[in-house]
Amino acid sequence: MANWLSKRRTIARPNFNRWLAPPAALAIHLSIGMAYGFSVFWIPLEHAVGISESVLCATDTGDGILDSARGILGYSDSGPCDWQRSALGWLYTLFFVFLGSSAAVFGQWVEREGPRKAGVYAACCWAGGFLISAAGVYWHHIWLLWLGSGVIGGIGLGLGYISPVSTLIKWFPDRRGMATGMAIMGFGGGAMIGAPLADLLMKYYAGPDSVGVWETFVTLGAIYFVAMMGGAFGYRVPPLGWAPSGWQPKPNRKGMITTAHVHLNMAHKTPHFWLLWGVLCLNVSAGIGVIGVASPMLQEVFGGKLIGLDMPLKDLSVEQAAQVATIAAAFTGLLSLFNIAGRIVWASLSDYIGRKRTYFLFFSLGAVLYASAPFAGEIKNVALFVAIFCLILTMYGGGFATIPAYLADIFGTQFVGAIHGRLLTAWSTAGVLGPVLVNYLREYQVGLGVPVAQAYNTTMYVLAGLLVIGFFCNLAMRPVAAKYYMSDNELATERLMAHEGGLESRN
Amino acid sequence: MNKTGNQEHPSPLSWLLVAIAWTSVGIPLLWGIFKTLEKAKLLFG
Repeated sequence: MANWLSKRRTIARPNFNRWLAPPAALAIHLSIGMAYGFSVFWIPLEHAVGISESVLCATDTGDGILDSARGILGYSDSGPCDWQRSALGWLYTLFFVFLGSSAAVFGQWVEREGPRKAGVYAACCWAGGFLISAAGVYWHHIWLLWLGSGVIGGIGLGLGYISPVSTLIKWFPDRRGMATGMAIMGFGGGAMIGAPLADLLMKYYAGPDSVGVWETFVTLGAIYFVAMMGGAFGYRVPPLGWAPSGWQPKPNRKGMITTAHVHLNMAHKTPHFWLLWGVLCLNVSAGIGVIGVASPMLQEVFGGKLIGLDMPLKDLSVEQAAQVATIAAAFTGLLSLFNIAGRIVWASLSDYIGRKRTYFLFFSLGAVLYASAPFAGEIKNVALFVAIFCLILTMYGGGFATIPAYLADIFGTQFVGAIHGRLLTAWSTAGVLGPVLVNYLREYQVGLGVPVAQAYNTTMYVLAGLLVIGFFCNLAMRPVAAKYYMSDNELATERLMAHEGGLESRN
Repeated sequence: MNKTGNQEHPSPLSWLLVAIAWTSVGIPLLWGIFKTLEKAKLLFG
């Protein structure tokens, strides 16, 4: 088994069709992308004990800390009680913290051991996490959910996310952006498959004694294991020096696409790494903040206008509010579509206009769009408001998908997967920064007496400001100084350690 | 591959494999897009 996983075994045969590499990567990214869709489990898990209605935890001990702990863990003197949303929500935090951390820590290992081994380990972690979580739901231990899906699954997310990056860039030196865009599009699209599938499964398994979540976790774990193993065993790495037939690197006068390589341990010592870290963090912070509040924002800004009534949200009846909430949910669905479309479209476009110009567009157009959103809300133009945020979401997704190619251009391809892994700590940071910024600014505005329909205006201007800072980070990008490049000897040693030394195709 | 590792023309069979591989990931993805569009149409209804 270990031999099958070795990088040497994954070297492509002659005439291997490189278009087989992206679907392998997509199989893995579509599976781990379900991380975005976990909110589909929140409501059923809030009823896991009571089934038909939530069983509240007793909070009558007089000890605030004990009561809080009981609420989080879902146990009181009288027996198990239902988990709270806040306790379940920790899974998201764990996902993104462990995704970033494992990508940063294991990046070099992935480069050396190859994508297949990384993909198999990712499948074991992600699917295993589902099984542990299923046990957690069955025995009603929330720590098993945090450990299973959050920690172990989060490590699987990191390994799976970076596993195809380096391989795809090497297979598509002529279309780096498009290649990584296709894979990373899968991460954005995973929840579009996983969430409705989970919904169907929970309805199928639900009964008088179960809300159907643990059974769904087991089923999803099995499905994702098969899909990810299929992807992992579908990976092939190109032989050293491989290039598409007839392709020659274009002369690059400004040197923004290097043919040299920067070592992983040297990359973070360059200002370029931190500028790109800032580029990713700022672009993602703005987008992730909007995704988190998309549904309430649309409802609060437009209220009854969404169903043809000229009334604020607070004056709507329960039925009308439910109608508005359904439309807002449709809005978040539409955003997710534009998010994934942006990943492939912008990343592919970057192959033609260049990475730096692509990010210039994200930051300049994005800042204008964020600053225009309050105007669209003020004139109560739903279509314009929706169009603005759909376009913003394409650039959020595009930012993720274009960054691996930007890294390959600046730091070379030898360590691009590992450097990308370290850069993903910017995502983890943004995952905390963006929502905190958006939520606290809104609360602050409401506290100052600003009407809820206008409470997001300042937030939008602040997010536009973040993009302006990102614009200058991108503006400062220059080719890496030659002193940071690996020497020929260092490169040869590294290739030997990465099992690439002298490798031609497997016959 | 030639001596420099450059790709010659992939075989017709490999294009069949490409079609199978893309269909395997494409069908679930299209289903997900369809389900999302189904919900999103409420926004314009």
